[in-house]
Amino acid sequence: MEKTPQTLPRDSWTFSPGINAEIRRAAATGIYDIRGGGAKRRVPHFDDLLFLGASISRYPLEGYREKCDTSVTLGTRFAKKPIELKIPVTIAGMSFGALSGPAKEALGRGATMAGTSTTTGDGGMTNEERGHSEKLVYQYLPSRYGMNPDDLRRADAIEIVVGQGAKPGGGGMLLGQKITERVANMRNLPVGIDQRSACRHPDWTGPDDLEIKILEIREITGWEKPIYVKIGGARPYYDTALAVKAGADVVVLDGMQGGTAATQDVFIEHVGQPTLACIRPAVKALQDLGMHRKVQLVVSGGIRTGADVAKALALGADAVAIGTAALIALGENDPKWGAEYTALGTTADAYDDWHEGRDPAGITTQDPALMQRLDPVEAARRLRNYLAVLTLECQTIARACGKSHVHNLEPEDLCALTIEAAAMAGVPLAGTSWIPGQGGF
Amino acid sequence: MQTIDMAVTPLRDLNATLQTQAGQTNQTAWVIENPRGAHALAVGLDAPIEVTVKGSTGYYCAGMNKQATVHVTGSAGPGVAENMMSGTVVIEGDASQYAGATGHGGLLVIKGNAASRCGISMKGIDIVVHGNVGHMSAFMAQSGNLVVCGDAGDALGDSLYEARLFVRGSVKSLGADCIEKEMRPEHLEILRDLLARAGAEARPEEFRRYGSARQLYNFHVDHAGAY
Repeated sequence: MEKTPQTLPRDSWTFSPGINAEIRRAAATGIYDIRGGGAKRRVPHFDDLLFLGASISRYPLEGYREKCDTSVTLGTRFAKKPIELKIPVTIAGMSFGALSGPAKEALGRGATMAGTSTTTGDGGMTNEERGHSEKLVYQYLPSRYGMNPDDLRRADAIEIVVGQGAKPGGGGMLLGQKITERVANMRNLPVGIDQRSACRHPDWTGPDDLEIKILEIREITGWEKPIYVKIGGARPYYDTALAVKAGADVVVLDGMQGGTAATQDVFIEHVGQPTLACIRPAVKALQDLGMHRKVQLVVSGGIRTGADVAKALALGADAVAIGTAALIALGENDPKWGAEYTALGTTADAYDDWHEGRDPAGITTQDPALMQRLDPVEAARRLRNYLAVLTLECQTIARACGKSHVHNLEPEDLCALTIEAAAMAGVPLAGTSWIPGQGGF
Repeated sequence: MQTIDMAVTPLRDLNATLQTQAGQTNQTAWVIENPRGAHALAVGLDAPIEVTVKGSTGYYCAGMNKQATVHVTGSAGPGVAENMMSGTVVIEGDASQYAGATGHGGLLVIKGNAASRCGISMKGIDIVVHGNVGHMSAFMAQSGNLVVCGDAGDALGDSLYEARLFVRGSVKSLGADCIEKEMRPEHLEILRDLLARAGAEARPEEFRRYGSARQLYNFHVDHAGAY
């Protein structure tokens, strides 16, 4: 007897297997999901932009002959000693504690070999990090873990962290598994307890206070160090304007694809704006104040390739910062640890339980045995190579657009593949002269 | 004695002069006249000098102090002695919010009252307030001692870690995970020493001690309602 045709099993888009799995996990545990990294959802990104390249009206530079400068100077507004970088890519702030000592050392070594800066994170500055980083940016965070005037003076720049792209408006939590004796001592807290990083600074609120806080830090450091202000991608126009008003030398703008060591998944995926959507409002704020290129803009959050670097610069950034990509270059989520990722219930490239301290790659852990797996010299070489590729790719595109300096890239060099990206980036939709949403953000 | 008149001396010159005093300097006594509520006054000092500010100060006076003794004859604005590492800061009048915030060491004495968030996120500093403290004092306080000779406002010691809190008067309310604790002999000894160094006329036996219940040290969903 012939079987009656039936409809195929049909997954719900609203209640997809992934959503259902999360509902079951929540029902079983009663607690939200915490993970590391940035937004994993698809959002409009640099992939949605294309460079136009040279044509009859624009002529290119010879790829292997004509110079295309990549140097960047950060902190030219007030600081007596601005930071000179050879490439427009810096290493974003990541803490010792969240990362292992060898990982921090590798970041410092790799950045130094590439001629760029690296950045501390929550938990203070280690001697190894300072020693291996020719240019080190010292983060000034709400927790003030390990904060002291000697390290402020040892730094090459100071970054006041107001927000982070993965969690604008949120603090942090370093779970007890990663709180070894050394980490605990640096933070002045007991071993093994969950350490909360506050979401706002303890001794100032608002832009007027921030201006006075910046004054204090400048007075303590003799007005030598560039002062960065890092903001999450929440209200980039106003936050940039207020940071400039408060006296920042550099604004660091982190979009929602920017990573975190440990935050609630719901926060990472549902708070903040995509990096692409943040850049033009921030640049407009600088332009409206007559401060574009006087206060430098560093963009982070989802930078992966030299094309991403070039596109961020074309939209008006002075440099970019990388975090997640730098960790992958060091060896994070490497398929060679595939069996161990499987044992942890995940896969290489998807592993994001960085807060648990069981990272097979020895990067997001404080476990001595796991940490030993990461050779900081070899990992630094990989990071140096990766930074070199980012720079070469960016130069390749810039030369194709006829630019003798990567900073000469401009929005006019770009078009967008989607209406959303065109609106966010403020460039024409490909094949048209239409810039959706122009006239206001 | 060296005198700096802020009516004619820029802030940068004042701080640079004080900051460049070496550990062996024989210019140990400084007087600052006409502070007129200036911000960031006498910040980042790192020498065993004594600085007397004749008047009241703005934000962050004596911020990140090391070794120095800073004496303010008037009142202090927000964040006085923030992130102090060592040394002594004495305020004759009142202190605004965030006094001694994130301080790692040293002694802060406030002879008047302190506003909200006194000792917020303190990391080893000792603070003695002759008068009262405002709400949310010792919020997320990590270590050190906060001594309040008067009353404490709402949510004292909210989410605190290992800091010790001593209050002689009333406490309007305790914050999350802050409880009253037994006053043991070693605590009376700590109090006796701090009260003496702060010039406070009070007896240790008049105080009650508060500290962390340590129930929120590791996140547990059953405690979510406590936050």
